[in-house]
Amino acid sequence: MRFIFKTDYAQDIRLVKHGGHLFSYGLLGALLLAAPWWASEYVMSQLHFILIYSIVGFGLMILTGFTGQVSLGHAAFLAVGAYTEALMQAAGVPFAISISCAAIFSAAAGIVIGLPALRLKGIYLAIATLAFGVIVEEIITRWHTLTGGNEGKHLKPVEILGWKLESDAEFYYLCLALTVLCCLACVNLLRSPTGRAFVAIRDSEVSASCMGVNLAKYKTMAFAISAALTGIGGALYAHKIAFISPEQFTLFQSIELITIVILGGIGFLHGAVLGAAFIIVLPQLISIAKGWLPDGAAPSGLQAVVFGLVLILFIIFEPLGLYGRWLKIRTYFELFPFYRKGMFRRQKSYMKSERLR
Amino acid sequence: MAGVSLGCVYALVALGFVLIYKATETVNFAQGDLMMLGGFFALTASVIMGWPYWATILFAVAAMAAVGMLAERLILRPVLGQPAFTVVMITIGLGYVVRGIVTMVPGWGTETYQIPTPFVDDVWKLGGVILPVQQLMVIGMTAALCAALFLFFRFSTLGVAMQATSQNQLAAYYMGIPVRRVNMMIWGLSAGVAAFAGILLAPATFVHSNMGFIGLKAFPAAVVGGFGSVPGAIVGGLIIGVVEALAGYYLPEGFKDVAAYVVVLVVLLVWPSGIFGERGRKKV
Repeated sequence: MRFIFKTDYAQDIRLVKHGGHLFSYGLLGALLLAAPWWASEYVMSQLHFILIYSIVGFGLMILTGFTGQVSLGHAAFLAVGAYTEALMQAAGVPFAISISCAAIFSAAAGIVIGLPALRLKGIYLAIATLAFGVIVEEIITRWHTLTGGNEGKHLKPVEILGWKLESDAEFYYLCLALTVLCCLACVNLLRSPTGRAFVAIRDSEVSASCMGVNLAKYKTMAFAISAALTGIGGALYAHKIAFISPEQFTLFQSIELITIVILGGIGFLHGAVLGAAFIIVLPQLISIAKGWLPDGAAPSGLQAVVFGLVLILFIIFEPLGLYGRWLKIRTYFELFPFYRKGMFRRQKSYMKSERLR
Repeated sequence: MAGVSLGCVYALVALGFVLIYKATETVNFAQGDLMMLGGFFALTASVIMGWPYWATILFAVAAMAAVGMLAERLILRPVLGQPAFTVVMITIGLGYVVRGIVTMVPGWGTETYQIPTPFVDDVWKLGGVILPVQQLMVIGMTAALCAALFLFFRFSTLGVAMQATSQNQLAAYYMGIPVRRVNMMIWGLSAGVAAFAGILLAPATFVHSNMGFIGLKAFPAAVVGGFGSVPGAIVGGLIIGVVEALAGYYLPEGFKDVAAYVVVLVVLLVWPSGIFGERGRKKV
């Protein structure tokens, strides 16, 4: 057990809380920086996806985990980012500008969906974002002159100031740099007054507005920031798979994105990364498990079954997600003989009604 | 006419959503997949075992009611009282599992099947208007089911208990209503309604493992009507069905698929809790 002796108010909001933090994150950073040397080509490609999904996960975490707004239409923001990047690259716009535009346009889309969201709550918000996602997908399919419809769009490798990032390692460093930047931005955002306002809205809208939080402003802002991060993720995603078409931005993509947040652990930035890693690794595990199936059963449905089961089991047995599990294990060892089962139990409000809340 | 009969199916699926939402305040994203499973049960009974149509309906509805109750007991009850979004995610997971299992069961798989019905291609001519019997039957059966449900909620003890539970769970609990068991019953009822919708939809779209996506169209139906309102679900379903048919007829290609979602966005902008939704004020 570590006790931090605070001698300064600034210590409360310092990024690195103590030496242990510095050491463990430094180790993680060094391991990731050295990845091109220890990872095979295949692992590298998976690492790309994990990093990209982490960025999207951060975005969704800010919206769902910290502001408490549900979105089942995040694939739409991913699509806006990806198509902006594809079109701008085709027009010869430099990468730095095109990825910023991807973020800005996605943020604009986020504001568009955020405005009606001000009046909607809970399930109605989920349906509205779902409807938005479906409509955007349909627009992409039908707006043939701009997006190429179902034929999709091809992308060339990223080029920064005349330097082509063609190899896996170069693209990996780009993803890593952007992920770290987005992560630091999120951490900073969350310790700023804006982030505190988000958390206040999540915990109780009424008390947040009583404390002077402008609900409309901060909810729209949460949608915009979340969409912007998702847009950056979308731009990288487009470069990673080099070919985008409307089938990649369906409702199922949205559900997969929200699953990242749920499995990782809602309300923790670490959870976004863990969830992204889990979502990427899961299909590989499933394809290994396919070998064990009896011959009669068709393996096609296995992925859906495992995916659904993982989701159900996590929500029932580990509502705090992977990061919550890690916290529990760590606390167990830190407090060694004194850990108690109920320490992380959420207060269970039996028969709590949304209508009366 | 096609719009109205399709709307009836939407209405039935939406009815399933509303029943569950009213009683337990959870939204069952797996409703469409339950409907698909119902369709497959009907397929098993009528094609593989060769039962008559009425027995098929009874079998599918009973089997689905059992599945619904099982799902409530195993999956939903452990998360009772958790945030609504958690429960939404768990039902999405349930939907995935159901869809995956259906594709894995031998004899079901990913192919498309047809359920024989006693009235497929007949046509009634009524003073120059041609009415396909198929669609009339769908409308008639929906109306009959709604009437039956109305009578059930109005006059049977269990129905009244369900109403009490949906109005105030805590008060119902104090009055000695076994709320958990009633919740289980409601899941069974709602899954049974879903099976019924699946059977009615089967002649129009056939039975296949992705049939459940029509459930996603039933959401707009439930929302347009206002979650938590049974007549709202019916009206919403009809609105969505008719709008979709009209959009397919008058507007360029592509509008048909999104018409339902455009309608729901517009409705939500004007009435944030649906046309027949409850307007409750938020208390601290």
